Amino acid sequence: MRNGTKDSMANKPKTSARRDRGRRHPLATVALIMVGLIGTGGAYALFTTSATAETSAAADAQLDDGAKLFAANCATCHGMALQGTTQAPSLIGVGAAAVDFQVGTGRMPLAATGPQAEEKPVQFTEEQVAALAAYVASKGPGPAIPSEEYLQGDGNAAEGAELFRINCAMCHNVAGAGGALTEGKFAPPLGDVTAVHAYEAMITGPQNMPVFNDANISPEDKANIITYLKYLDETPSVGGYGLGDLGPVSEGLFIWIFGLGAIVGITIWLTAKSN
Amino acid sequence: MSTSTDERPATSELEPTRGQRFTGWAANYVDERTSISGLVKELGRKIFPDHWSFMLGEVALYSFIVILLSGTFMTFFFQASMVPVLYDGSYVPLKGIEMSAAMASTLDLSFDIRGGLLMRQVHHWAALLFVASIGLHMLRIFFTGAFRKPREINWVIGFLLFILAMAEGFTGYSLPDDLLSGNGLRIIDGLVKGIPIIGTWISYLLFGGEFPGEDVVGRFYVLHILLLPAILVAALGVHMLLLVINKHTQFAVPGRTNDNVVGVPIMPVFAAKAGGFFFIIFGVIVLIASLFQINPIWTYGPYDPSPVSAGTQPDWYIGFADGALRLVPPGWELELGPFTLSLNVFIPVVVLGLFIVVVAIYPFIEAWITGDKREHHIADRPRNAPTRTAIGAAGVSFYAVMWAAASSDLIATHFKLSIENVTHVIQALLILGPIIAYIVTKRVCLALQKKDREIALHGYESGRIVRLPGGEYIEVHEQLDEYERWKLVSYEDYKPLMLRPNAKGRITAGERLRARASNWFFEDRIAPVTRTDIEKPGHGEH
Repeated sequence: MRNGTKDSMANKPKTSARRDRGRRHPLATVALIMVGLIGTGGAYALFTTSATAETSAAADAQLDDGAKLFAANCATCHGMALQGTTQAPSLIGVGAAAVDFQVGTGRMPLAATGPQAEEKPVQFTEEQVAALAAYVASKGPGPAIPSEEYLQGDGNAAEGAELFRINCAMCHNVAGAGGALTEGKFAPPLGDVTAVHAYEAMITGPQNMPVFNDANISPEDKANIITYLKYLDETPSVGGYGLGDLGPVSEGLFIWIFGLGAIVGITIWLTAKSN
Repeated sequence: MSTSTDERPATSELEPTRGQRFTGWAANYVDERTSISGLVKELGRKIFPDHWSFMLGEVALYSFIVILLSGTFMTFFFQASMVPVLYDGSYVPLKGIEMSAAMASTLDLSFDIRGGLLMRQVHHWAALLFVASIGLHMLRIFFTGAFRKPREINWVIGFLLFILAMAEGFTGYSLPDDLLSGNGLRIIDGLVKGIPIIGTWISYLLFGGEFPGEDVVGRFYVLHILLLPAILVAALGVHMLLLVINKHTQFAVPGRTNDNVVGVPIMPVFAAKAGGFFFIIFGVIVLIASLFQINPIWTYGPYDPSPVSAGTQPDWYIGFADGALRLVPPGWELELGPFTLSLNVFIPVVVLGLFIVVVAIYPFIEAWITGDKREHHIADRPRNAPTRTAIGAAGVSFYAVMWAAASSDLIATHFKLSIENVTHVIQALLILGPIIAYIVTKRVCLALQKKDREIALHGYESGRIVRLPGGEYIEVHEQLDEYERWKLVSYEDYKPLMLRPNAKGRITAGERLRARASNWFFEDRIAPVTRTDIEKPGHGEH
């Protein structure tokens, strides 16, 4: 800033001197601007066209890959046209976020039918997951994979914690330790869930989870919740080992088995007769 | 002790040292002004038998002392007020959140006051240990029949202490006004409101209006630190006094009879041991408290009536009540005109009430059934009172099933089961469990008694096979010595009471019931081995 002002101060007398002399045609400036504009515009057009051509070629290839992967791994249950069968729901309009969550956490392809799809080692590479997501997204608009800005964990943890207690804790437990639902279904523990999967779960409502759309919880608030989850994950448990964050049940079992167990052991030792 | 009396003449000849002279002078000074020597003489000669199970009550006493010490520390910092404040302490995920002063001061105690978190954890772990050790102590008293005459009243006082301990625990659990305790309090509010007619009135009285109101923390604080501890300490004093008056029970071994107590006296041996034991208990509690987190209220957050966390449970000693509620089948409600009778809440309350009343008066029930008016100072081995032991096992399983039901959701998630199935199985177990436990325990007791009888009569199998000159093979049995046999044969032999007319020559319904109960108690029994049995030819020879 300081340099800029100095320069302009220095230049001012020069330009006024030029105008006074009138060595250039009055339209020279306009012409110069025209040349510059046409030059940059042309170059921009040239480069962007070629860029679009490249991306669209890559996107086509990705969609092709996605289609093939889908046909080989998903179509048996979800149908060749994503229309769904008696075994599985239609995937038209579920969006890239749903695919990235379900396949990216290993829940899909389903290992076995049961109360709900369970997490297991992921079966595809990141590119393959992305291809599947792009393919499914291409068949109908739906929630997209969230943008990075909401996944940094730099929001307001206190607001996130409050929202978490109000919206999430009844199933996932206040400490994110998980909880039971009906008929063998359950809300999983949230300890090792990545930020992107947590966000996707909120916008797509996988398994028995309700959908928390952007009207319900704004993207900023979702980012706050993710911030809180990250805080829970990264902050060591205060006051010692947390016993699984299960609350009074594990505390009660601990005092009966280890606390009272140790003390009964001590009483036996104290009253033992020396040999 | 005897050795020290032998040496006494030798020491008395020596000139007392300056320290001894001072001790003597001080003791004399105090005694002349308080006559305390009489008390010390009485108490100092109180005898403690040296069996490990006799120390469980002490564990309860010492953890209570730890609770008093740590609790006093916390009263300096805790604010028993539900005035809303904005939290501005060190814990980031609660900064700027509105909460009650009680919650905020508990958070400050945990994060911003030196040693506060350790004291909180010591207090809470010690409370869990306190109630647990009372429970185990009660089981020991029950299964050894140590509640019989003359100790029935002390059983009732002990039972009162157990209830007071639970009330202390629950009021303490509610004080921080966090989400978990608020949910627990809401359940208690529901239990109270489920009582027909008066329930709603009691609830409004307790909470000073509609739940949660702004009074309950202040009221519970007074109960928790003043009223309940005062009653508890008084009852504890009576409990200990009766313990000294009644003396300890002891297990039957040679030299220990119904008329003596064998063990170590308080002064000096037991006092030294007990002092050491107190510090061991204190140490164990502090060790647990410094290594394991308990009740992380910062995770639960401030109380707000809308959110309820998954896995919301009370502390373990209230778990049986929570479990009883969880086991009620759907649809237990009765509509009488404009009134709804919440049987789904009221029936569990009644069942639990009856259960604890039976526990409280059990000594009187058993005394009535047996018709036994003698004093008992010899502790029973549980197997030698099969029906009582079986009743105890049935009661323990009834309690344990309700207790397990309180964690039905965690059982479902951790063992990958459906919560409906878990609940149904536990519902069935609530009825079947005690019955199965009763039958199995009774049979096991009788079988153990038979084994004891066999060993008393025939000795142990030595595994040595001897061939007699005539070609016969016999196994040599090793006989017990008199001391070992004494333990196996010395127990009371009860017989069912005969149905007899009373003084007026009539057979009342009460007498009939009593005869039937007595028959149920004692019809299956193994008579103790008598001297004649042992000396009879053919026994104890091969």
